[in-house]
Amino acid sequence: MAASSRRNPPPLPGAENQDPLSEMAGEDSDEGEDIFVGNSNPVAEAFQPDTANGEEPADLFSEAETSTAVNSSITTSKSNGVHSDNENDLFAEVSVELSMENPSTTAKSSGAEFTPSLTLSATQPESMEQLEEEKDEDSFDMEVAVTNPEKIGDGMNAYMAYKVSTRTTLPMFRNRTFSVWRRFSDFLGLYEKLSVKHSLNGCIIPPPPEKSVVGMTKVKVGKDDSSSADFVERRRAALERYLQRVVCHPSLLQDPDVREFLERDELPRAVGTHTLSGAGFLKMINRASDAVSKMTIKISDSDAWFDNKLQEVESEELQLRKLHAVVDSLVNHRKELCGNTAVFAKSMAMLGNSEDNTALSRALSQLAEVEDKMETLHQEQAASDFFILAELLADYIRLLGAVRGCFEQRMKTWQRWQEAQSTLQKKREVEAKLLWANKPDKLQQAKEEITEWEGKVTQYERDFDRISVTVRKEFLRFEKQKSKDFKSQIVKYLESLLQSQQRHVKFWEAFLPEAKAIA
Amino acid sequence: GTKVSIKPERPLSKEEATARSVSVDLNNDASLLIDIPDALCERDKVKFTVHTKTTLSSFQKPDFSVPRQHEDFIWLHDALVETEDYAGLIIPPAPPKPDFESPREKMHKLGEGEATMTKEEYTKMKQELEAEYLAVFKKTVQVHEVFLQRLSSHPILSKDRNFQIFLEYDQDLSVRRKNAKETFGSFFKNMVKSADEVIISGIKEVDDFFEQEKTFLLDYSSKIKDSTARAEKMTRSHKNVADDYIHISATLNSLSVDDNTKVEGRVASDEELKLTELLRYYMLDIQAAKDLLYRRARALADYENSNKALDKARLKSKDITQAEEHQQQCLQKFDKLSESGKRELTSFKGRRVVAFRKNLIEMAELEIKHAKNNMALLQGCIELLKSN
Repeated sequence: MAASSRRNPPPLPGAENQDPLSEMAGEDSDEGEDIFVGNSNPVAEAFQPDTANGEEPADLFSEAETSTAVNSSITTSKSNGVHSDNENDLFAEVSVELSMENPSTTAKSSGAEFTPSLTLSATQPESMEQLEEEKDEDSFDMEVAVTNPEKIGDGMNAYMAYKVSTRTTLPMFRNRTFSVWRRFSDFLGLYEKLSVKHSLNGCIIPPPPEKSVVGMTKVKVGKDDSSSADFVERRRAALERYLQRVVCHPSLLQDPDVREFLERDELPRAVGTHTLSGAGFLKMINRASDAVSKMTIKISDSDAWFDNKLQEVESEELQLRKLHAVVDSLVNHRKELCGNTAVFAKSMAMLGNSEDNTALSRALSQLAEVEDKMETLHQEQAASDFFILAELLADYIRLLGAVRGCFEQRMKTWQRWQEAQSTLQKKREVEAKLLWANKPDKLQQAKEEITEWEGKVTQYERDFDRISVTVRKEFLRFEKQKSKDFKSQIVKYLESLLQSQQRHVKFWEAFLPEAKAIA
Repeated sequence: GTKVSIKPERPLSKEEATARSVSVDLNNDASLLIDIPDALCERDKVKFTVHTKTTLSSFQKPDFSVPRQHEDFIWLHDALVETEDYAGLIIPPAPPKPDFESPREKMHKLGEGEATMTKEEYTKMKQELEAEYLAVFKKTVQVHEVFLQRLSSHPILSKDRNFQIFLEYDQDLSVRRKNAKETFGSFFKNMVKSADEVIISGIKEVDDFFEQEKTFLLDYSSKIKDSTARAEKMTRSHKNVADDYIHISATLNSLSVDDNTKVEGRVASDEELKLTELLRYYMLDIQAAKDLLYRRARALADYENSNKALDKARLKSKDITQAEEHQQQCLQKFDKLSESGKRELTSFKGRRVVAFRKNLIEMAELEIKHAKNNMALLQGCIELLKSN
């Protein structure tokens, strides 16, 4: 096992990590039509990391099938708040896998994915009924939406309130449809609560969107331009995705804090959320991972799986960062193209005016109009590039950070167990010495300590096994989710490109007769 | 340096050759057919193979080729401009110098950044750059070809002695070129450049036709210059977008989004070829037309001066005959220029309209074709992903 690979901290030190995120946070995405329409399904597959290790794809799929089974066991049990997830030991999981083999294949053949899908339609204020565009089967039957951003108050104390609407048939909720109003810090507060409770178990907690002082200040100050609107829309969409990921998670959904977040009318104001900016979050993760990587670790061979997966995660994160930078560049270049096309269109119009041949003059004016339309197309495409691709990548870069956090949590647990074992060993040595030196009262204390530490060792070992199971399960669920997410978003992106090209054809086909009419 | 050679797979038909060019109605006359079938690029220098097929007895052979450099074309152009007899003609604009700056710079940057990208990405970028290089190359061949074809289809210019030398002389022209420079110098050119607008706009026009032409050309010239610059900027942006797609697809190596790059890139380079080239060509052509106006304006000024001189001579009763002769000469020259100028400008107008029509149609058709290709590709991708 390549223990040495783990000795290297994640390639990007804390400071460097801040760049893509802080740059995103402070970004004034200029133009912006609110065109984020269509379904946002965190559902799909086909994204595969750089397959340097050839065996991975096969692994992923075989694991995926079994994980489907595991998931179904949990979801279909329709638990009423009692979630025995943490109590599963390795063997229970195996038996569950075997028994669920058949349902998984039939479920798969229906073309649906097992993990709950959350669908969403347009950002415009809509009734919950319109949010029901489901493409896939729901095991959870749970949908959330974040809509209707509204500015509350004025000046520097102002804030944006968002409507959080839920539609569900799960019995643990009081109603089937309901909505509440939440502000950004509420979302952060939720994250903090979940983090405190679940991250020690090895759960992958979806990270919230980042804070942005610049963006929000503009909004507060009342700058009523497209960059503010853009910022608000971007945040709204990010909050929605965040919430969808939370409720998508079988364990997190059971958490009373989540329920409270969705249901309760007035939520106590979350405090201490100033520490959770995106940069801060990453710093936290990286500090942890630095500490962990400094340990010289050699776990048993059965741990190869974790080691490989962590490596995958790290390399994937690198890829995504790179990709994100390029997509960013694409967005900027397309915006440039927009501007240049608009200027060109005007220039063509002027030329058309100058032209003394009537038919040619008209054709040139028409050409100017076509180019104007092109500009609109480019603008919309830039928004697509951003909202569909760039945000997807940004989300997953953060998620991968959270995944790394999980792995590191597991390592810490292991370390704690090892340390307990060595402490126990020392205690036993002390006992042996005392036996030999024949000091009965000290001996009694030593025996008590040994018992205590034996208990701790057993406890910590069990903890470690438990967290290993959880992390493994979480990871597989995550991979599946990620695949779906990427596939669906990429399909969406391609569809937006397709639409753009269709309109492209229409515009030029309308122009052609004008050109032919020149005489 | 890279050696790039272009040879069409088979000899181009006349239709295809015409389709390649910005201008129309060229190379139609079988008595003198010129084309550039092939060119070689070595470092900075491009060597064109100029091929002539003729039935005219003024040439030594009916079918022959010579190698020529860009500087030879400039020499020919300048020689024509400086020929007094052609003052009343629109001399086709000189082809612009081959400019490989952009792809070369990009190639250099690519080489520097090779370490930071995957092999696949590097290969793709390299391919794109080679395509860009090729596009620039094709473009420069085209403009040089069109220049010669404009000459060969002009009733007067096609008979020019220098033109014939250019086509036929099988030795290196650079010796001749050096001699020519000494004879004519570049002072004429400078004069033209600086005095141009002032003289044309200042002169009192006696002829309605020319008055209108002047107004039109001055205005149109500045507009088309502007349009050309904007079009270039726009297509450059488009190229940037295409490059980004290459990087994206290289990183998403398992998906088939990479096909987009070829298409987006090609759209950019085709747009470049059609629209920008059209505008650039006519920007130059209009400059040539303006040059004609300038020459005529100068002739008019000369004529008016000669009138004044004649009046002075009559007053002083000195050198009257001389003055009268001079005045007659000026008048003749002016009339000749006016007559030929009118002809040239009218046919220029017609040519321009036809060329715009052809190019705008082709451009629209290309846009449609590419968009439809894109759509097919995208649909394929989408179906593939959905079916998984």
